[in-house]
Amino acid sequence: MAEPFLIGDAMTGGYGGADILHSCTIAVNPGEIAVIVGPNGAGKSTAMKAVFGMLSLRSGAVRLKGEDITALTPQARVAKGMAFVPQTANIFTSMTVEENLEMGAFLRRDDIKTTMEQVYTLFPILRDKRYQAAGELSGGQRQQVAVGRALMTQPSVLMLDEPTAGVSPIVMDELFDRIIEVARTGISILMVEQNARQALEIADKGYVLVQGANRFTDTGQALLADPDVRKSFLGG
Amino acid sequence: MDILNALVAFLNFVFIPGVAYGAQLALGALGATLIYSILRFSNFAHGDTMAIGTVFVILLTWGMQGMGISFGPLPTALLALPFGIVLTAILLLATDRVVYRYYRRVKAAPVILVMASLGVMFILNGVTRFIIGTSDISFTDGERFIMTAGDFRESTGLAEGLAIRTTQGVTLVVAIIAVGLLFWFLQKTRTGKSMRAFSDNEDLALLSGINPDRVVAVTWIVAAALATTAGTLYGLDKGFSPFTYFQLLLPIFAAAIVGGLGSPIGAIAGGFVIAFSEVMVTYAWKKVVTYLLPDSMAPSGLIQLMSTDYKFAVSFLILIIVLLVMPTGLFKGKSI
Amino acid sequence: MSGAQMTSQAAAAGPARGLLLAAFVAALFIATGMFQSWTLALLIVNMALISSIMALGVNIQWGYAGLFSVGTMGFVALGGLSVVLVSSAPAPGGWSAGGTGIVLGLAMGAATIAAAVMAASKMAPGRRRTVIVAAILIIGFFLFRAVFDPAVQAVEANNPATHGNLGGLGLPVLLAWPVGGLLAAAAAWAIGKAALGLRSDYLAIATLGIAEIILAVLKNEDWMARGVKNVISLPRPVPYEVDLQRTQGFVDWALSWGFDPVTASSIVVRLMYTGLFAVVLLALIALSQAALHSPWGRMMRAIRDNEVSAEAMGKDVTRRHLQVFILGSAVIGIAGAMMTTLDGQLTPGSYSPLRFTFLVWVMVIVGGSGNNWGSVLGGFLIWWLWVMVEPIGNWLMVVITSGMADGWLKGHLINSAAHMRLLTMGVILLLVLRFAPKGLLPER
Repeated sequence: MAEPFLIGDAMTGGYGGADILHSCTIAVNPGEIAVIVGPNGAGKSTAMKAVFGMLSLRSGAVRLKGEDITALTPQARVAKGMAFVPQTANIFTSMTVEENLEMGAFLRRDDIKTTMEQVYTLFPILRDKRYQAAGELSGGQRQQVAVGRALMTQPSVLMLDEPTAGVSPIVMDELFDRIIEVARTGISILMVEQNARQALEIADKGYVLVQGANRFTDTGQALLADPDVRKSFLGG
Repeated sequence: MDILNALVAFLNFVFIPGVAYGAQLALGALGATLIYSILRFSNFAHGDTMAIGTVFVILLTWGMQGMGISFGPLPTALLALPFGIVLTAILLLATDRVVYRYYRRVKAAPVILVMASLGVMFILNGVTRFIIGTSDISFTDGERFIMTAGDFRESTGLAEGLAIRTTQGVTLVVAIIAVGLLFWFLQKTRTGKSMRAFSDNEDLALLSGINPDRVVAVTWIVAAALATTAGTLYGLDKGFSPFTYFQLLLPIFAAAIVGGLGSPIGAIAGGFVIAFSEVMVTYAWKKVVTYLLPDSMAPSGLIQLMSTDYKFAVSFLILIIVLLVMPTGLFKGKSI
Repeated sequence: MSGAQMTSQAAAAGPARGLLLAAFVAALFIATGMFQSWTLALLIVNMALISSIMALGVNIQWGYAGLFSVGTMGFVALGGLSVVLVSSAPAPGGWSAGGTGIVLGLAMGAATIAAAVMAASKMAPGRRRTVIVAAILIIGFFLFRAVFDPAVQAVEANNPATHGNLGGLGLPVLLAWPVGGLLAAAAAWAIGKAALGLRSDYLAIATLGIAEIILAVLKNEDWMARGVKNVISLPRPVPYEVDLQRTQGFVDWALSWGFDPVTASSIVVRLMYTGLFAVVLLALIALSQAALHSPWGRMMRAIRDNEVSAEAMGKDVTRRHLQVFILGSAVIGIAGAMMTTLDGQLTPGSYSPLRFTFLVWVMVIVGGSGNNWGSVLGGFLIWWLWVMVEPIGNWLMVVITSGMADGWLKGHLINSAAHMRLLTMGVILLLVLRFAPKGLLPER
């Protein structure tokens, strides 16, 4: 099998103390949506942060397009085309929506107008609120700003840490629709989700983590159909 | 009843000095608030930064005067100011390199940075005294008045005079230019926006590829410009002495906190709030009141709320009230 | 951070290292005595003892609880004020001139503030409350001024060349020491109520302010302690040198040991002060050590090390901080009273924040924050340096400029040597903070 576009391969490590991840493997291909689910404390967010270089690995590797990026800082990974949307504090609250997008494109020296147009097309509400301070927006709109900011670097991989935490079910569906749209443009999406069932429905690939290790890995639909997964992780 | 004369007396003794002092405090508070919002500590060396920046300007002014350069009716110090800013910026960048950078690298608690700024304060204070001594220095030259009290009386026929000193006019004009430049820089330029982003959310700024070292360096340069300008204007207006500048620390921080620590607009508003309170509380209102009341009710005392010796108490009281009532300040600073 | 490992290292290195450093500092003082003079050495020792107590007070605030207060100068000055108020003789005619008016005025001022605070806490927030509180304060202020001002004028007009104040109670001067502590504690309570529980920087700025204001009051309220006209010849807890020289027994004793009676008298007097100060220092250290190792001290340090988790465990952090802030300030106030007693006069013009606030901070940081003995070591070492840097700087400048032609630069450099102190202290503070942040004697 060919090497996936982005792979965190057999990652083991933690935040200095005991290991949280145990030989955990996460991979995603262009245009795919990969979802990491699992019980609380399973190391879902940690796995994602490891892929993004926010903790150092004791063993294992992260490769992007076959290139080993294990030693790169998160900032350097941004330059390589990875974008990360943290779970909280993911916008500049005191700045306008448009300035948030501009800051997302900080590393780019070319014209960012087209990308900004694309973001506004994807999230039309942001166009209406472009001159408003991002901190004044609703929860769902803030998440759109956060995703929009990340898209401004024209990334090849978009990583989302629980994008639907704290938003209403309607907004969640709306956000998932947008995420599918983003994936259709050829961007790989890697996301951690609490709402396992809904997330697996849109997932091309699902990773069920337990205690920092891969428990089940399959397509989203297959996992949803798997009685073991249903029983243990999806509440029957 | 003589409303016109009362108004003129008010303008002359309260409003104009208050505006000039407020502008000087606002510039000082802007520098302190900027350092706080980017570097996340209260810089106790800020007063002494203003002092040493002013010392550079004074030395350059003397040099220019020695070479026969003058700025016509305006103080020569204004010509020296840009060079003074450059020197101060170099000094602050060097300080950052030698002192503060290490604590950022090890992610020290803010209070450790404050402590380090105490050390820097000592050194800058020592260097200032070393270079220029401890005596009061007046370094203003050019025309002394834009309008003298006598001219005003002559042209209006009023009993009260209204004098506007050149240094007061210069303070206001320079402060407006400086604040305008600062806001243009913060709102419109890429670097300025990146500073605001860094101040707002450091982690996200890093994720967006904003270079923290660059942001910090630019912050010191801007702080140097603001501190040197504030110090020079204050010195032109009221004379230079090292200890006074150290004492300015209290009204400057009071202004920054009253406005909301970390908020540039707040720093300006706070500067004027503090300055006007100080001037109004320590001004003897006898003259103004005498004009307003009929002769039979003329006041016998000075009608002064507090003696000028307690002017620091005014900024302090306002500070305490703000801390008690709204700790985030008038313009919602970054944190409480 | 591997806290346990560091603590054990410090404990192992502790006693030996402490003794070595203490011996080194002692050697500095002995050398000063031998090469300069014993009176000078004792003078430095006495101020070093007082500085140690000040450092102890700051260490209680910073080392135990992590409170960053820069109001030391104000509390020292309050201690000084207490000496005048307690021990100096009542000024003849002072009380009759306007004593009651002043007391009444102050009582009215206090009542106004109390009424405003009560109104603010009892009434529901809103415009009504704001208006009423403001009205109480404004009316109260003018009433206060109406009663207070004429009384003050009358008192200050009473023989202004020598008095012009109310004078003190004429009580024994040693009583002023605990009173100084109480005055400082009261001021600390007021300021702590307002500034604690907010960001740490706010306490720093508020205390910086209160110190300036206390000093302004001291300088300008002549009726209290004659302002910048100073109060001199305060009573002493020890005999005067001249009296000793006139006592036959003392002169005989001095001569029998082969001492010059004049030198001997000043040395004996200074030694008496040394004894008094040492007793206070040791008592305070014993109390501080006991407090530090009591459950209360452990809780303080737990709060300092992790405020959030201490708060989550139900500790009232702000209240504890207020306690420790008051205690530390009281210790500083005691030291301030001791200093004024040693000087025999109160000179408000001589208080400067660089000398009293920030220098004491250097002592604490250099000595080792959190360690009481570190504060003592820092107090002795830094005070010795503070005194000695100037002559050393002078000498250095003379050496440096010896090759220069006489002229402006040479004169300027030699004159500037006086400012070496600030520079040196700043450099020491930065070096210790950077390379030995735990100080010479780390916390155990």
